[in-house]
Amino acid sequence: MTRTFLARNPSVLIFLLILSLFTLGVTVLSEAYGVAFLSTSFIKTLGKTLCLCLAALAMDLIWGYAGILSLGHMAFFALGGYMIGMWLMYARTEGIVITALSNEALPATAQEIQNGIAAQIFGVVGASELPPVWLFAHSLPLQLMLVVLVPGLLALIFGWLAFRSRVTGVYLSILTQAMTLALALYLFQNDSGLRGNNGLSGLQNIPGLDGVSQDRVSVWFLWASAAALGLGYLLVAWVVSGKFGSVIRAIRDDEARVRFLGYSVEGYKLFVFTLTAIIAAIAGALYYPQAGIINPAELAPIASIYLAVWVAIGGRGRLYGAVIGAAFVSLLSSWFTGGRAPSINLGFYTINWVDWWLILLGLSFVGVTLFAPKGIGGLVDLWQGLRSPDRKGADLGPGDGALLEKEAKK
Amino acid sequence: MRAAFAAVLFALLSLIPFGSLAQTGPVVADVPFAAAIVEENRAQIEKPSRQTIGPVIAALAASGDPQALVILSAWANRGLGIRKSDGAFVLIAEAEGGYALRTLDGTDAGIAPRADITELRPNAGVRGVIATALVQFQLNDPDRARRADALTTIARDPAPELLAPLRASIEAETDPALRAQKDRLNRLLTLRFDPDSATRIAAIESFAGDLGLDLRGALNPLLAVTRRAAPLGTEIEGNIARDLQPGSDLTETEAYDLLVAANLAPARLTTAELKASLAANIVDGAVAGIPLADLNTQSARNRAYTALEVVGSVPVAATDEEVTQIVADHHFVETYSEPDTAVTSAAQDVLTGIEVKLAAMQMADLALDALSLASIYFLAAIGLAITFGVMRVINMAHGEFIMMGAYTGYVVQLFIPNYTLSLIVALPLAFLVTFLAGVAMERLVIRHLYKRPLETLLATFGISIALQQLAKNIFGTQARPLTSPAWLDGALSFNDIVSISYIRVAIFVLAILFLLFFLWLMNRTRLGLEVRAVTQNPSMAASMGINPDRINMLTFGLGSGIAGIAGIAIGLFAQVTSEIGQAYIVQSFMTVVVGGVGNIWGTLAGALMIGTLQKGIEFLNPSNTLAAQTYMILFIILFIQFRPRGIIALKGRAAGD
Repeated sequence: MTRTFLARNPSVLIFLLILSLFTLGVTVLSEAYGVAFLSTSFIKTLGKTLCLCLAALAMDLIWGYAGILSLGHMAFFALGGYMIGMWLMYARTEGIVITALSNEALPATAQEIQNGIAAQIFGVVGASELPPVWLFAHSLPLQLMLVVLVPGLLALIFGWLAFRSRVTGVYLSILTQAMTLALALYLFQNDSGLRGNNGLSGLQNIPGLDGVSQDRVSVWFLWASAAALGLGYLLVAWVVSGKFGSVIRAIRDDEARVRFLGYSVEGYKLFVFTLTAIIAAIAGALYYPQAGIINPAELAPIASIYLAVWVAIGGRGRLYGAVIGAAFVSLLSSWFTGGRAPSINLGFYTINWVDWWLILLGLSFVGVTLFAPKGIGGLVDLWQGLRSPDRKGADLGPGDGALLEKEAKK
Repeated sequence: MRAAFAAVLFALLSLIPFGSLAQTGPVVADVPFAAAIVEENRAQIEKPSRQTIGPVIAALAASGDPQALVILSAWANRGLGIRKSDGAFVLIAEAEGGYALRTLDGTDAGIAPRADITELRPNAGVRGVIATALVQFQLNDPDRARRADALTTIARDPAPELLAPLRASIEAETDPALRAQKDRLNRLLTLRFDPDSATRIAAIESFAGDLGLDLRGALNPLLAVTRRAAPLGTEIEGNIARDLQPGSDLTETEAYDLLVAANLAPARLTTAELKASLAANIVDGAVAGIPLADLNTQSARNRAYTALEVVGSVPVAATDEEVTQIVADHHFVETYSEPDTAVTSAAQDVLTGIEVKLAAMQMADLALDALSLASIYFLAAIGLAITFGVMRVINMAHGEFIMMGAYTGYVVQLFIPNYTLSLIVALPLAFLVTFLAGVAMERLVIRHLYKRPLETLLATFGISIALQQLAKNIFGTQARPLTSPAWLDGALSFNDIVSISYIRVAIFVLAILFLLFFLWLMNRTRLGLEVRAVTQNPSMAASMGINPDRINMLTFGLGSGIAGIAGIAIGLFAQVTSEIGQAYIVQSFMTVVVGGVGNIWGTLAGALMIGTLQKGIEFLNPSNTLAAQTYMILFIILFIQFRPRGIIALKGRAAGD
């Protein structure tokens, strides 16, 4: 314990430096505060990407470090978005309703305002009463607490149920996938109280900031997202660096052995699961005001699998790997699917990337899993001259730990 | 002998229809011939009204003249007209150059131009009366089809006046099926329209245990209730079904609305009306002395309204306490619209009996539905269960193998137009295609990842999105049909309620076949033995001379091949899209997890449980299949708590970790 936390983890400092340089650069190039090189929509894309990086960071902690492949973390991400979306939508509608009612002869009662808001928000699903889940939607602090509490509690209960019955490995992956599917199906109903498949919309209009143009708001959100990512990175790096980090890595490598050593494996797992759920939820709460709309499709199981894909391509078990993977794949994906990638004319067939991007992604994903399990982050090892032993060849013994042919020859 | 001959001759003569006599002989005044009746009631027939035309039609119907039937049906179908030249009624039919005319007694009268004829157009009401009268003729028509038509008409639109002719026609009915139908219809009309209470009750009781929709249609109007209110102490007339207690049987609001509707209480003041009254009474920026700015709560508004009431500038409205008092001062009942108590209680008894039986039938139908859903899940999941059981590998691309099978079926149908033949070709072909795809995937990808099971999950997911997008690029995003052969159309129905479509029966049979096939394969063949050995302990199996690589490859191919077959089965009742596999993949995972791995019976149990559960929840909450799936998944998450290794878990060394 002679060296400080940052001295032991030089990558944290480098990461924070790059992140602040990036934020500064984008600010300078933005329309609102600089030379107007980057469009507002691109700044929003960058801000959203930072949020996705934060979610990937959480995914890396739970999967790369604790070895739990959760296929449901985007559910927490979206729940966080829903929680903040409720306040955004309520507060904005409240303003509209009060303006409309102020024309009447009598001043409006609180009940009338609430009925007006309910009719405005829920008219689209044929309801006119504010469902009980909107009880705190009028208050920003309460709703901000819910951003943390709702996904955190869900993760706590779900994790407690799953871990105490020793559901592990692929079983747990499938169970988490079922959880996000169940939640998505529930939210798809019109009487779920969150506007069914219409979702919450108009979230990009921040109440109280009517006079501020979107190009400014987008930069503010970029700053907030960068700050959240930086803080999240620090937190996660701190969590994985000490004894706690050693224990969760040990759980990843051999759960039974850690249990026999007297550690409460379930407690550690539950803590990591809940913590990552909360980080994902905060990322979601920052993401959806930039996206402007949230609907239950965001909770589809495939979204969570993509999260795992990003982490795997970036390189799991290293925090900057998750961030690189999320940023790289999601930016590349929006470049390809946005139709900006040039088509390749093969003479007999033209490869149109909008159609072929997913195939490329899927196959490159298989390739990364097979040939580069370290992902893009592995390039850093290469640069630093770290090499993992080449464990290729046939087994020399029945157990998993047996030497392989080529190792034995050395 | 001579006397007998004369009698026969007389009988023959009397059989000659009156209509034919009318052509030859003079009209006998006291025999009401159809044509004569029409002439007599000329004014009524030219401008008929539903209220007054009844007797005329009844007279025509009772005339006994066969020509009356012709006239009536012509009239109803706009086939009766008036010749403008002489004002005579004629039967008209569309023809070249105008109308082909016949006189009322049926003789041809040539062709007249359209302009010479005034067509009679009775309105819908009158046509209804005519149709009722016609039914009586049709019930005794020599043509069986017309008699059957008449019964359908009566069943669709029962009326009291049809009861007598229907009863009269039963005796003469020769066709046993029609006779049974007439008898049933007679009882149905009797229980509703017969004047004698005992006859009605007998008719009702004769139906005990019958499940027909027509019977419920006849009984339900007898038991229709209306809610009524009266002040305490006064009796409510009528056949009372039950007393209603405000608060439990009906809410106070409903009770008060009932009183308002019955003019027993003044209408309630809504908040909107209150607001409007206040707004109409603003004086100098205040209402009744309360400044406008203070009127932003409901209680302040109520105070202002009460103040206005005192002054008398607004009408007195009931407050909440008064409403409670008024409701307490009245009693509420439900009364049957049918006045006869004995009839309603008999109907209630029979209906209760029917409902019990109906519930049992619905349960049976539900069980069939659940069974068919379970067989689909079984087919979709068994391949997954095998690969997972033997290799501990979750194949996320399993859904895409299902899709490949379905598209194989679609492509085969493009080349072989005969649906039966194409199905016979498609089933093995789909197996082959997905078998090869599975083997290729195992050789190229999964083999390298046996030590990293979580990564197989991700690698196969990569393959899954690539295959899905590839299918989109090849076949487009729109749904492709996989048409089932004609002999699979329709449904096997046991009665009105319990039925199942033949496609689902076929899928059920397919599932049974595969269950038997796998039981045989696993327990009776060398391959099965080796597969079981590799499942339990790969290293030990290898020491015994089994090649685990080969077994893994074959198992994976087999599991994938069944996914292809399942794809065809699913494609037969769902549209083939690139997302067809996605719809089943999570349920298949659930089936495997719930059932327990490495055991076919486990998969079967899992499929049965999930199918039953899903159908059961859908039955309890029929409007919302999304909620049903949510609750099912929640239930499964809880179920895993109690049996983390599934319903049928491997025990001992075979369980592995």
